[in-house]
Amino acid sequence: MDFRLTEDQRALRRGVRELLGRLFDREALRGAVDEPSLDRGLWRELGDAGFFALRLPEEEGGVGLGLPEAVLVFEEAGRVLLPGPLVATHLAAGAVPGAADGSVVVTSVDEDLVPWLDEADVVLGDVSGAVQVRSVDPLTPLHRVPGTGGATGAAEAALLTAAEQVGSAQATLDTAVSHARARSQFGQVIGGFQAVKHLCAGMLVRTELARAAVWAASVTGDAVEVAGAKLLADDAAVRNARDCLQVHGGMGFTWEADVHLHLKRAWVRAELRMPAARAEEAVAAGL
Amino acid sequence: MDLSCTEEEEAYRARLREWLAATLPGLPERPDPLDWPARRAYDCGWQRRLYDAGYADTHWDASPTQRLVFLEETERAGAPYVGANFVGLLHAGPTIAAEGTDAQRERWLPPVLRGDEVWCQGFSEPDAGSDLASLRTRAVRDGDAYVVTGQKIWTSHAEVADWCELLVRTDPEAPKHQGITWLAMPMDAPGITVRPLRTLAGSTEFAEVFLDEVRVPVANRVGEENDGWRVTMVTLSFERGTAFVGEVVACRRLLGELARTARKNGTWDDPVLRRRLGRLSAEFQALWRLTQANVSEAQATGGVPGAGGSVFKLHYSHARQELYDAAAAVLGPDALDLGREWNLDRLSSLSYTIAAGTSQIQRNIVAERILGLPKGR
Repeated sequence: MDFRLTEDQRALRRGVRELLGRLFDREALRGAVDEPSLDRGLWRELGDAGFFALRLPEEEGGVGLGLPEAVLVFEEAGRVLLPGPLVATHLAAGAVPGAADGSVVVTSVDEDLVPWLDEADVVLGDVSGAVQVRSVDPLTPLHRVPGTGGATGAAEAALLTAAEQVGSAQATLDTAVSHARARSQFGQVIGGFQAVKHLCAGMLVRTELARAAVWAASVTGDAVEVAGAKLLADDAAVRNARDCLQVHGGMGFTWEADVHLHLKRAWVRAELRMPAARAEEAVAAGL
Repeated sequence: MDLSCTEEEEAYRARLREWLAATLPGLPERPDPLDWPARRAYDCGWQRRLYDAGYADTHWDASPTQRLVFLEETERAGAPYVGANFVGLLHAGPTIAAEGTDAQRERWLPPVLRGDEVWCQGFSEPDAGSDLASLRTRAVRDGDAYVVTGQKIWTSHAEVADWCELLVRTDPEAPKHQGITWLAMPMDAPGITVRPLRTLAGSTEFAEVFLDEVRVPVANRVGEENDGWRVTMVTLSFERGTAFVGEVVACRRLLGELARTARKNGTWDDPVLRRRLGRLSAEFQALWRLTQANVSEAQATGGVPGAGGSVFKLHYSHARQELYDAAAAVLGPDALDLGREWNLDRLSSLSYTIAAGTSQIQRNIVAERILGLPKGR
């Protein structure tokens, strides 16, 4: 047993972080917020880089990697708040022509919600009666469809969404810590105050716990373990964003700070791909 | 991200399983928890069996992965805990192994492994709890001995221990971290008074230890004079590392029992309670995975577990308290009956967020050592 990343996995993570830093930096994020539309050029570049074809066999033009590697890649996507129906398109690679290379945008119905319906080329699931809602997340347009709240996604969809949540939780932790080390009040940096310090420590604990769960679930593929990982990752992303906002004080409440974008996306991801109630029931059923 | 066991580890697991199945039925009955001499005899008897079968030094010599397998399998089989051997095997032993001289290792380690000698811990004092470095028990050099006077508290197993790993102040003028020395004190030395303390669970799990001019040979000093704080940090990092593996396995088993009881008594039909158990189960599964991550890290970096243990302990201690609260919800009115299982454990669990570094101290450690936030109040 060696739970640590292999050399190849570390290199992959490094590579993806560099790629996303280039393709979708903070300026691109804020630009997308001001004008929310799906960037086809970006989508193609993600396709070229193998984001969607990551787990397709090499003989089918894929990268031939597994779920653990996909989890690392989606963690990085969550960290920079990469927009678009990433999970649906990734899962459609190989099944829907054009999904693998990023020439086609695929979305799906999940929990009676459809993200990016107007921008997608292919929609999986029944969208009759779809009504646009005023999405809480400026970077995830949403439609509601009448239904019974059933899930269409496989465990893999829940796990990749959980990985994005872990990336987001790490990002808000990093942001909170760097703010706490820079911001001074009462003649010292606020990160020296235990009241602030303990918030940050709690954020780290949540992140590490959720990451261990997500990584392990990507190795075992066990459905109950995936449900548990989604539960903890949702918790880490949402609560870390809340604490990050708190550490930022008044600035955290502004549109200009990025923390609200993390919180809102975390809320969306928590509602999709196995929300808490279903995840808790799934884990309980395994007892 | 490799969670599989090597062939060697699987063989070790199979051998251990077989031995446990053959050995556990032959154990004597568990002693009365209030009878300390009987508890000592039981715990030492178990340690002796481990020694004879070649498993005694699992906590020291085995690879972290093997230790993980050992703790997992013994817990699964319902084997006894380390009990009275806790300090010897997991505190004093590793410290002496890392910092002692050859002669000290030879004198103190084999009796711990054989289950012949029991150790207790004399660290905390009435005025030195979380702020351990402010301890004031004095040791004054007199020829080839230190003369020790002061008071220790929260000393588990003090009534039945042969040795005490003792922290004393040898230089009251030095900054507080620099005047401390680590001594091995024989518990039968003149001048030691042990007064048991009753916990809120009703039992006497630890004691106050009063020291009145107790003579401890200089040869019993581990590490240099005034270097005891560094020596101590080695011990504490062991405690925050893999020391809770068995307990995580135990909690996962308890969750299974809770679910069975809840299904029987109808509380399982309450979706709020059912979902609460589901969430706890996810947390303990993740804690198990976090343990594997910490063990992998310790294995790769060669031994002493790092601050990752604090991350683990922070979540574990709170989750375990919530687990017993959930157990009480399953039991309903029976949660008030101390004769029912889990209820005494619920009381005991109240110490988990305090012992071995309070949650507040752990958060300081995590924030300062991992996140790099400045020290401060």
